[in-house]
Amino acid sequence: MTKTAIAALEATGITLRYPGAAMPVLEDFDLAVAPGEIVAVLGPSGVGKSSLLRVLAGLQQPSRGAVRVGDQLLSSVHPRVALAFQDPGLLPWLTLEKNVAFGLDFKRQPRLSREVRAARVDAAIDEVGLAHARKLFPSELSGGMAQRAALARCLARKPEVLLLDEPFGALDEVTRAAMQTLLLQVTADFGAATILITHDIDEALLVADRVVLLGGTPAREIGQWRIDLPKPREDDLVELGRLRTDILFKLRATLRRI
Amino acid sequence: MTDLAQRDVSPADRDLIRPSRGRALKPILLGALGLLGLLVLWFIGTDLLPGPGSFIRRFSPFLTVASLGDLVTGSDLLTHVAVSLKRVLVGLAFAVVIGVPLGLAVGSSRPLDTATSPAFQLLRMISPLSWMPIAVMLFGLGDGAIYFLLSFAATWPILLNTAAGVRALDQRWLLLGRSLAATRTETLLRIVIPGVMGHVLTGIRLAIGISWIVLVPCEMLGVSAGLGYLILDTRDRLAYSELMAVVLVIGVIGFALDGAARALHAIWRR
Repeated sequence: MTKTAIAALEATGITLRYPGAAMPVLEDFDLAVAPGEIVAVLGPSGVGKSSLLRVLAGLQQPSRGAVRVGDQLLSSVHPRVALAFQDPGLLPWLTLEKNVAFGLDFKRQPRLSREVRAARVDAAIDEVGLAHARKLFPSELSGGMAQRAALARCLARKPEVLLLDEPFGALDEVTRAAMQTLLLQVTADFGAATILITHDIDEALLVADRVVLLGGTPAREIGQWRIDLPKPREDDLVELGRLRTDILFKLRATLRRI
Repeated sequence: MTDLAQRDVSPADRDLIRPSRGRALKPILLGALGLLGLLVLWFIGTDLLPGPGSFIRRFSPFLTVASLGDLVTGSDLLTHVAVSLKRVLVGLAFAVVIGVPLGLAVGSSRPLDTATSPAFQLLRMISPLSWMPIAVMLFGLGDGAIYFLLSFAATWPILLNTAAGVRALDQRWLLLGRSLAATRTETLLRIVIPGVMGHVLTGIRLAIGISWIVLVPCEMLGVSAGLGYLILDTRDRLAYSELMAVVLVIGVIGFALDGAARALHAIWRR
C-alpha cells in the first residue's frame, strides 16, 4: 500500500473477528490517509466495509491491529473523527440547526464556548448551503437536504477524519452528483482526511484520490489505485474508463473466487 | 451551493397539495352529526318512548340543559370540577414519576422485561376499584386513597408505553450518540427520553382516559367534593336532571382532556 507522509488516520494490521464467528471479517488491513485526502473503499456487498468503518471510528475494537488518529492510539470514539451514514440519522424532534449542533456540548467533546459553538454551526450550515432551512424539522427536508444536514453535523466538529458510510447511496442520481461536488468542496475547505465507503465505482473514481478494493473472505485489500487526475474529473472520462475497467476486472475476479 | 439549495426543494416548500377547507371540515361536521344523533336517541329514550308521568322523563335532555344552566351559573360546580381535576392531575403526576423510569428500565433490559411482564400484566388487569378497601385501610378515607387508586390505574399505560417506546427506539440514533461519545446520562437525556416521548404521551393520553373513568366511582367514597360526590349528592336530593347535567359535564370534561392530550401528542409529532 502507498503510505502517506503525514497520516491523519493510520490503521495497521486490522483484524476483526466477531465473538463466536468461525472466521474474521477483516484480516491484516492497512490504511493511511493524509489530511485532505479522499480514499474510497470499494467492495462487494457484505464484504465488511461497514465493519471496517466502525473500527476506524472507534466504535468497534479490532481483534488485532491498531488505529491511530494523528499520534493518538484510538481506543474508543475520538472527538475529531466524524461519521456519517447512508441514513442521515437526524433527530426528528430537533430543528436542522439543533441537529447540526447536536453533540458539540457533550462532556467528552472539546470544551467550546457558546459563541464558538454557534459560529461553528453557522459555518457548517453555510458550507452545505442550508442557511435557508435551519429552522426546519427533519420531516420537512428532502433526502438530499437531510444528507447535507448530516454532513454539516460532521463538519461542525471540525473533524480531522471524516468517515462516510455510503452517504449518498439512497439519493437520486442528480442529488448524488450535487452531493459529490459538495464533498469535494468540503474536503478542500476543511482539509479532513476522508474515507468514503461506497459500492459505486463511478462515485469512487470521481471524488477519490485513492481507491482501495476490499474482497475475499476474510476481507483484505486486493487492489489499490491512485488517481492523480485534477478534480472535477468529468472531462477525464477516457482515463477514468480505463481505471474503471481495471477495478471491475479485479472485482469480478474476487467474486469468482468467492 | 445556491443552485443546489434552490433545486433541492423541501417537502415544506413543496406543500402544493393542501387539503381544501371543505375537506378539513368534513370530519368535524360528521362528528357533530354523531353527537346530534346521540342527543336525538337521548330525547327518544327519555321524552318520546316513556309514557306521561314516567320516572324516566326526569332525565330528559331539556330538563338536563336547564339544570346545567343553573349549575354552570352557580359557584359549586366549578369547585367540584377543580377538585376532580386536581385529583386526576396529582394521580397522573405520581403515575408519570413511577411509570416513566420503570418503563425506561424495563424497555432497556430484556431480562427485566421478561421477569416483570407477567406480573405487570396481572396487576394491570385488576380493576383499580378492587383495591379500594385496601387503599382506605392504608390511607384512610379522603384524598390519599383516591390518589393511590388513580396513580395505580394510570401507571400501567404509561409504564407499558414507555417500555414499548424504548424497544422501538431507532438504533441509528443510539449509534449516533455513541459516535459522538455521548455519556450514559447524555444518551438518556438527549436521545432516549426525547425519542420515547411520543410513546410516553400516548401512555399519558390513555392514562388520562382511565383516570377520568376511575375517578367518579373513587369520589363516591368518603369525600365531600368532586364530580363523583356531586353525582351521589344529586341522587340523594332526588335532583335527577341535575344528576344528568353532572354526567354531561363529566363527559364533556373527559372529551376535552382527551382532546388536549391528542393536541399535545400532535404538537410533539409534527
